[in-house]
Amino acid sequence: MTTHGAVLRADGVAIWRGGRCLFEGLDFTLGPGRLALLVGPNGAGKTTLLRVLAGLAEPTSGSVTWDGIPVGSLPPERRGTIAYRGHLDGLKRDLTVFENLRFHAALWGGTGEWEVLHELKLEGNAHMRARHLSAGQRRRAALATLRLVSTPMWILDEPMTNLDSDGRATIREWVSQHLSFGGSAVIATHQPDELARPGALVIEL
Amino acid sequence: MKSAFVVILRRDLKIAFRRTSELANPLLFFLIVASLFPLALSPDAAQLRNVGAGVLWVAALLSSLLALEGLFRADADDGSLEQLMLSPVPVAVMALAKVTAHWLVTVVPLILLMPVLAYSFYLPLEVLPVMAFALLLATPTLSVLVALGAALTVSLRRGGSIIGLLVLPLTAPLLIFGTRAADLSSHGEPAAGPLYLLAALAVFAVALGPIAIAAALKVGLD
Repeated sequence: MTTHGAVLRADGVAIWRGGRCLFEGLDFTLGPGRLALLVGPNGAGKTTLLRVLAGLAEPTSGSVTWDGIPVGSLPPERRGTIAYRGHLDGLKRDLTVFENLRFHAALWGGTGEWEVLHELKLEGNAHMRARHLSAGQRRRAALATLRLVSTPMWILDEPMTNLDSDGRATIREWVSQHLSFGGSAVIATHQPDELARPGALVIEL
Repeated sequence: MKSAFVVILRRDLKIAFRRTSELANPLLFFLIVASLFPLALSPDAAQLRNVGAGVLWVAALLSSLLALEGLFRADADDGSLEQLMLSPVPVAVMALAKVTAHWLVTVVPLILLMPVLAYSFYLPLEVLPVMAFALLLATPTLSVLVALGAALTVSLRRGGSIIGLLVLPLTAPLLIFGTRAADLSSHGEPAAGPLYLLAALAVFAVALGPIAIAAALKVGLD
């Protein structure tokens, strides 16, 4: 897919929240085809770090660059090269699953809604409003958008939450395909073994 | 760029039409507030005619505030706002699309409702087009101001009253020019002056407002 060998680089990143230092002096470099697993107890700052890596929040000190540009000031056309999926699913409750995917595809420039729905066994729910989905189905629908657009960098916050074993297998498969196509990923998880692979970078907070 | 604007506009319109109760709230509020005044004052036609334009303007201001204060909150709560902020669409374009959608579904019906209420205040018929036109020119500015307040308070649970405090003082020029236009036309004089000023403010707000809203959203979400 399209990666152009972009590198995500964190340089001396420190994050303070509520007058407390969550971590400091974090350095890492993540090139194409590489996976970073972010592990740590609840409250260690995994979500905050992922938001910083995605450019949604600023680090207290240090810098995060994507392809040499600070993530917080990526121009719009480059922002689309990072996909962030956090705890919130980003689905509009009043739109159907299909409409949610279609909106995502239209904005990011992608296609293949039905294929993705089929892969995630959500075809039967395609015309159901997102508010009527179960938590696991919502999580599937939120992750489905990852496959609509080819995005070099995936930043996922505990993607396996609420998924059944079948869904977890699909996501594992997606991640390994993504990496083998030269994409890279930062994934926060409480079950690092599930996604671990040789050469994966493990960041412990 | 244009297509992203249309995509977001259509999404918000579709959602709005699926939540018709929320759509109706500001309109009903406008109707009720405006009809409380004839009850509180006296049904005397001359007196109602004097205060009519002012009352309708204040009611319109307050109901647009009610309509737009939650502009970004639903999107912030379900995570779609952070996705929009990370999308390859300039945040200002996204903000303008959202403001436009909400203006179309909540403020434009209010303008259409205006003549009915104006009638209950015994306002002369020839004032109605001027009032409607003045509202049409003033509400884009108003919507941008409220959206700016909504963006700044997006991370607060209950931002509504703070937005009122932030935004209502800034709406004074709109109120002054808007009621002045109605006043002039009710005396049979040309109302072009205040209308031009309202139009100038609208151009200014629509051109620069989205950039300010984008900056406010960035701060608000951090």
